[in-house]
Amino acid sequence: MDTFTTWFFGLFTNWPVVWKNFDYLLIGAYPQGPLGGLAMSIVMAVIGIFGAFWIGLAVGLMRLSRKKWLSWPALVYIEIIRGTPLLMVIFWFYFFAPILLGQAVPETHSAIAAFTVFTSAYVAEIVRAGVLAIPKGQTEAARSSGLSHTQTMMYIILPQALRNMIPSFVNQFVSLTKDTSLAMIINVNELTLSARHIYTRTMKAPMEIFLTIAVLYFIICWVLTAFSRKLERNMSRYQARNNAH
Amino acid sequence: MHYTFNWSLIFSGNYGQWFLDGLVITLQLSGLSIFFALLLGTLLTIMRLSDFKPLVWFSVGYIEFFRNTPLVVQIFFWYFGSDPILPDFFKQWLYQQNIEFATGVIALSTYTAAFIAEELRSGILSIPKTQLEASRATGLTFLQAMSYVILPQAFRIVIPPLISQFLNLIKNSSLAMTIGVMELTYMARQVEAHTFHGFEAFTVATLMYLSLSLLVSLGITQYNKKCLRVGYQ
Repeated sequence: MDTFTTWFFGLFTNWPVVWKNFDYLLIGAYPQGPLGGLAMSIVMAVIGIFGAFWIGLAVGLMRLSRKKWLSWPALVYIEIIRGTPLLMVIFWFYFFAPILLGQAVPETHSAIAAFTVFTSAYVAEIVRAGVLAIPKGQTEAARSSGLSHTQTMMYIILPQALRNMIPSFVNQFVSLTKDTSLAMIINVNELTLSARHIYTRTMKAPMEIFLTIAVLYFIICWVLTAFSRKLERNMSRYQARNNAH
Repeated sequence: MHYTFNWSLIFSGNYGQWFLDGLVITLQLSGLSIFFALLLGTLLTIMRLSDFKPLVWFSVGYIEFFRNTPLVVQIFFWYFGSDPILPDFFKQWLYQQNIEFATGVIALSTYTAAFIAEELRSGILSIPKTQLEASRATGLTFLQAMSYVILPQAFRIVIPPLISQFLNLIKNSSLAMTIGVMELTYMARQVEAHTFHGFEAFTVATLMYLSLSLLVSLGITQYNKKCLRVGYQ
């Protein structure tokens, strides 16, 4: 055989390594051992986005407040987190959670805390943009009909703004799903670390293994992205606007 | 657990120098990567907007795949798994370089190029179609119209989003530590391992990243204030 044919068939010989370990990529050593693999990535992303939504909502509303003592801390929080690499935030939680709490903290918990804090700064910006996109007339009408500022926010502005923000939230969730791969740096057994485990154990087929997990991440992220694009198209029809065309 | 702060330790001995070395590597990594990412991103955008379908499909596929997979996985792919698919002459060249650094540049620039291509595309689409039609009507070819009429205008509009991509790139370059590039995060980790004073080490590194980010976002604000004119309508 010539070199090209050898090379070409060589691309297909190592795939059994991937198929034999595919369950480890999906759920880790579960149920005999701890949960890992793709399932772990998804669990972390879901818990992370849930926490980040509430913190981000609070920080975003604080940022919008006219009171300086509310908006400044929110601004500082957002700017610091957005100016720092996620890896740094993960290290912060990994090294300081045990010191602060005075006891050992599982890596998974540190990672989820880091994801929550990191993502909430981005969610806060989404919330701010979403609220600012609602026409001013809505607030004015609500206030002049006798609602207080809090009531206006709760019953008029936020319901509309949050609905418009759904596509951005989905995108943020996609980012977070990709970001969960960084938890491997502190030894959380999620999809990327599972792949590395398989590679270190077999010392074979690195291209096939990393290509497979790339495709796994891609399927999840791409489906969600497509979903958010569709939502965006559907929702733009019902949005209140500043000037009617 | 008891923890005593010791700030002077971090700057004693060679540790201060380590941080500076790390910062320099981070800047080199980001600088080289943004250069190649801009080249590749421009190429992808031109392919994306061309009339030749296979080029469009390639470009869309590239952008979607690189945007929707984690950078760490891509770094590992290039570092551990790219051996069978790279041509021999390139591998030989690569092995003569600092392989970790070179892999870092490859991974970061191919990743960032996908994001830059999207920014450029929206910039180009914001240039009215009549500009392209007018330049084609005056006899320019598609490539000429792109390079002399559309791209110069589009680049001016997309400079702020491009700068924020550069900001992301600086932050993403911290992931190169996973394959042993001695950039800022790696150095912070080293100092932590040598001194057991993680709090101080990571504070210094975080402050360095923060000042880089602040400098860059200050640049965006200044640019928006001074240079950005109203686009063509």
